[in-house]
Amino acid sequence: MKRDLSVTVAGVKLSNPVIAASGTYGFGEDYAGLYPLNLLGGISCKGLTAEKRNGNPPPRIAETPGGVLNSVGLQNPGVDAFIKEHLPFLKEKADVVIANIAGETRDDYRNIAEKLDGTDVDIIELNISCPNIEKGGAAWGVSADGAAAITKTVRAVTKKPLMVKLTPNVTDITETAKAAEAQGADCISLINTILGMRIDVKTRRPVLRNNTGGLSGAAVLPVAVRMVWQVANAVKIDVVGMGGITRAEDAIEMMLAGAKAVQVGTAIMTDPYAPLKIIDGIELYMNDNNITDLSEIAGKVLPW
Amino acid sequence: MWQCGVYPLIEKKLISAGIYSFSVECPDAAKAAKPGQFAHIRISGFTLRRPVSICDADKENGTLRFVFEVRGEGTARLSETGVGDNIDIIAPLGNGFTLPENPARRVVLAGGGIGVPPLLGIARIMKGNAAAILGFKNSGKVILEKDFKRAGADVTICAEDEGVHKTPIPPLAEKLSRGGVDRVYACGPEPMLKAVVAECKKRGVECEVSLEQRMGCGVGACVVCACRAVRGGEELMLRVCRDGPVFSGREVFP
Ligand SMILES: Cc1cc2nc3c(=O)[nH]c(=O)nc-3n(C[C@H](O)[C@H](O)[C@H](O)COP(=O)(O)OP(=O)(O)OC[C@H]3O[C@@H](n4cnc5c(N)ncnc54)[C@H](O)[C@@H]3O)c2cc1C
Ligand SMILES: Cc1cc2nc3c(=O)[nH]c(=O)nc-3n(C[C@H](O)[C@H](O)[C@H](O)COP(=O)(O)O)c2cc1C
Ligand code: FES
Repeated sequence: MKRDLSVTVAGVKLSNPVIAASGTYGFGEDYAGLYPLNLLGGISCKGLTAEKRNGNPPPRIAETPGGVLNSVGLQNPGVDAFIKEHLPFLKEKADVVIANIAGETRDDYRNIAEKLDGTDVDIIELNISCPNIEKGGAAWGVSADGAAAITKTVRAVTKKPLMVKLTPNVTDITETAKAAEAQGADCISLINTILGMRIDVKTRRPVLRNNTGGLSGAAVLPVAVRMVWQVANAVKIDVVGMGGITRAEDAIEMMLAGAKAVQVGTAIMTDPYAPLKIIDGIELYMNDNNITDLSEIAGKVLPW
Repeated sequence: MWQCGVYPLIEKKLISAGIYSFSVECPDAAKAAKPGQFAHIRISGFTLRRPVSICDADKENGTLRFVFEVRGEGTARLSETGVGDNIDIIAPLGNGFTLPENPARRVVLAGGGIGVPPLLGIARIMKGNAAAILGFKNSGKVILEKDFKRAGADVTICAEDEGVHKTPIPPLAEKLSRGGVDRVYACGPEPMLKAVVAECKKRGVECEVSLEQRMGCGVGACVVCACRAVRGGEELMLRVCRDGPVFSGREVFP
């Protein structure tokens, strides 16, 4: 039986709860020949900065047990080129477009958000895992103050739905979530990658040229589910869960933990069809369990 | 446009110690493939696919040939695939070599080790007009010599313990100095590629090199496979999987 998989996140209706995660789907162009992009609930584009960025030197990726480490370093064409060269295509082909943005200063975030405010992106996702140049270079998102400062700055210049994407590299994820909520975030997405490192025992060199990188893929799922559960219990706004989802069961687990929608990233590198298989699997689960609306499972974990 | 799907392995040969030749029945990709393009192969138990060059595309029989060396865990697992088993492949990917408009022009193919396979496709197209200079660590590691000869190429083998030359660079310099070479295509270890590009610059001959880099998606979306290049004085970060793997030698080794 055909089921209605639609969900509403930050006031925006998605035809299904599966979104391509930022940084793994580019601007959609590379996959548009494989299947219609509007089969996805939405697409979160590669993180945009105020100016074009070349990123870190390679190698920028390494395989780890059940996952990958990456150190791309936010290579992207910059927000202006995105608006001019990539957004029109994305808007035409995709259902819901999420612009993921990153900056080193509050001015960066403000400038990017102001530019995007005048476009037809559906949601702005704030990646607050970037170094705060104003305060010594630790990521904005590692403190409640940093998360609050960025959310407040962007909230002041746009009425677009705001999704604040949390870094898991913190002591208490609920603090940054609550800080973003208090400053007007419409939604929380999590988790970004977990800081990691691998060393080649033959050369004694870190496998990434950047020494450290972000861990993602199946290996991080339990950490992500735990954090989504904690955040969903700490805030009233919507939560979008990601981190290690490779199958429909993982997505449902994330929803049971409290996510209204999910993002899928690394799994797309392994299998470009992964998001579609996950959508099909969710429908199957709804059929098997006689679920007519996904709100019947969101946050419905039965904790001991 | 590339395909993504599972295709049967129809022929498997061990052609040298630790080096396998796989033929996979994959008609649409075989039809679309150009020399220098690659496939991104999924290996069960691994998150990342492994990039492997298309060594040959038989458009009539609809097969793609891959020649790969067992380097680590992924290629070791791949080598255990049996005839009749399915392989999950994305192909053909990347830009491929720019072939001369006139196939009557003479070209030189400079290959080193496991960089030799992707050059076979050009030898086939260029028939008798390609000189293939193929370098290997030692004579036990020589691969595809017969295939290049059968394609009509004039083959020079270089190895530490065999032949006149130990590396492809001296015979390349000699061929270039004689003139009449329209273009050089190279694939192999980076020091060799740099030396090839330097020789070509000296003689003012166009040179294309095929590069390797760690990959994620393989299709251009994740930008992990960065390669620094200089074009028109401007520094660019290009994607090996999408903007390459074939680059102008001048742009990547300026
Ligand atoms: C465009 C392209 C074409 C290639 N063509 C061939 C070919 O025709 N035949 C062949 O034998 N090899 C080829 N390679 C190299 C091949 O991809 C690696 O040998 C292989 O990925 C090693 O995997 P592994 O798991 O066995 O080794 P490991 O060292 O365990 O791999 C660890 C990780 O590093 C990556 N990696 C390791 N070495 C390389 C490398 N040289 N280039 C890119 N990624 C690497 C792996 O993909 C994997 O993600 C090509 C590489 C590229 C980029
Ligand atoms: C190669 C790569 C690039 C990424 N780039 C970004 C980015 O630009 N902005 C961002 O917010 N997250 C980025 N991420 C993080 C993902 O969006 C996601 O949060 C994380 O990978 C966990 O999900 P996954 O396990 O499904 O991949 C990137 C991840 C990878 C693997
Ligand atoms: S490997 Fe993803 S862009 Fe090249």
